[in-house]
Amino acid sequence: MDFKTFVFYMFATIMILASLRVITARNPVHAALFLVLAFFTAGGIWMLLEAEFLAITLVMVYVGAVMVLFLFVVMMLDINLDRIREGFWSYLPLGAAIGLLMVAEMVIVLGGSYFGLDSMPEPPAAAAGYSNTRELGRLLYTEYVYPFELASLVLLVAMVAAVALTLRHRKGTKSVNPSQQIAVKRNDRVRMVSMPTEKE
Amino acid sequence: MDGLLQPVVDLFGPTWPLVWTLVKIVAIIAPLMICIAYLTLAERKVIGYMQVRIGPNRVGPLGLLQPIADGVKLLLKEVIVPSGASKGLFIIGPILAFAPVLAAWAVVPFSDGMVLANVDAGLLFLLAITSLEVYGVIVSGWASNSKYPFVGAMRAAAQMVSYEISMGFALVCVLMISASLNLSDIVMQQGQGRFADMGLGFLSWNWLPLFPMFIVFMVSGIAETNRAPFDVVEGESEIVAGHMVEYSGMAFALFFLGEYAAMWLVSALTSILFLGGWLSPVSFLPDGFHWLFIKVAAILFLFLWARATFPRFRYDHIMRLGWKVFIPITLTWVIVVAVWMLSPLSIWK
Repeated sequence: MDFKTFVFYMFATIMILASLRVITARNPVHAALFLVLAFFTAGGIWMLLEAEFLAITLVMVYVGAVMVLFLFVVMMLDINLDRIREGFWSYLPLGAAIGLLMVAEMVIVLGGSYFGLDSMPEPPAAAAGYSNTRELGRLLYTEYVYPFELASLVLLVAMVAAVALTLRHRKGTKSVNPSQQIAVKRNDRVRMVSMPTEKE
Repeated sequence: MDGLLQPVVDLFGPTWPLVWTLVKIVAIIAPLMICIAYLTLAERKVIGYMQVRIGPNRVGPLGLLQPIADGVKLLLKEVIVPSGASKGLFIIGPILAFAPVLAAWAVVPFSDGMVLANVDAGLLFLLAITSLEVYGVIVSGWASNSKYPFVGAMRAAAQMVSYEISMGFALVCVLMISASLNLSDIVMQQGQGRFADMGLGFLSWNWLPLFPMFIVFMVSGIAETNRAPFDVVEGESEIVAGHMVEYSGMAFALFFLGEYAAMWLVSALTSILFLGGWLSPVSFLPDGFHWLFIKVAAILFLFLWARATFPRFRYDHIMRLGWKVFIPITLTWVIVVAVWMLSPLSIWK
């Protein structure tokens, strides 16, 4: 077993254990942190596959941004575990069906040679000086530019929608506008009064 | 050199690459720790003189042993875990705050070829690793099971996530003009240009064509490290010390070290990305590591100066600056640079 295989199995073990703890941890904050660990190790595995751009982006986007906001919300919520567990049995059939489907898919992928699905040749080894990032950027902005732009538009619309849904102007709030406060000049606030001294 | 090392290489056999990497890591981390320790002294001295005081001058000559005395004191103090705390996370919190800052130094080039990991996606790696810093604050704030740390953690999470965006866009400008994510290449690219050919290298560095980005990056860097005037995370007057309230001894020291290590890191990044790294400002002086050190020290002085000068920002002002000022500026400048690069006036051909 060479070193690379060892690293792969180490990452894989950590990832599986972390994912298991995500669904078994009783405390939602602990679960979220285990999910962070799972993402991080997934990034490591992708790095092993020489997909360094995807690996780093995974860490940057999911660990650095998405999970932070997730933790933010989970920490503030007062989560009642008993109420969440109430629906366990009613959701079990659906969950089990999805789980079985995933197992079936994984069996087909992993047993590809048994089912005669390995007609795709293995990709050739990357040449020296090959940059994952450059290649991805080239493909995204030339060949797949329209789907890419479309996806970004969809995201933009979703962002605007999220803001529009949560933005409510309540009446009677005493919130202040920092831009106006910064624009204030001395003469708006203080009046210099020149007063001659008075004699007794 | 190779002949000298050969017996050692044979001794370790196949584990030699691992040993050699560990040696290099220690060679980076050990001086860095000393730098971090003495930055705390420098801060107290600089702010002291700015406030017409002398600063620490009792321990050792000129107070030079003060950081060591502080370190020993913190090491000997008991780490108290509050009774209602989530114990595991309470201990992991400070480690999470300190470790990413050290890990980021792996890709920082100190001189031509003097870098631990000369990876092609160095800038991306830095962005990813520094985005982990926020976990230390959030986790410790939550695990303390106390109100002030929690409020501090919430503020920190919002602030760090907000300023990461403008920082990221400033980096996008840099990598657009250098067409590389490799930090060494980014420095080398700054050594070319019309002014560099005239012998005035410092006018070819990125700070001049990307001047607004330089300012945005530095200010965002101060905000990312939670330094004054962006230190509402600690906010002594309102929330005592934020996420660090419940920590004592070495656990507190880790937060403290993490903050100063982050200052070194941000200053090093600013000098590498915008001030030409180890390049000499004029052609008749040789390039070298000392230039990087001088630039970093100058930026660190700016950090301290800012702390002694500005009052703490109010929280809504911080959010306004991040989202309503910096992000529009950086987005506009990304487009300006893109158009500039494609126009005949481009200076990066």
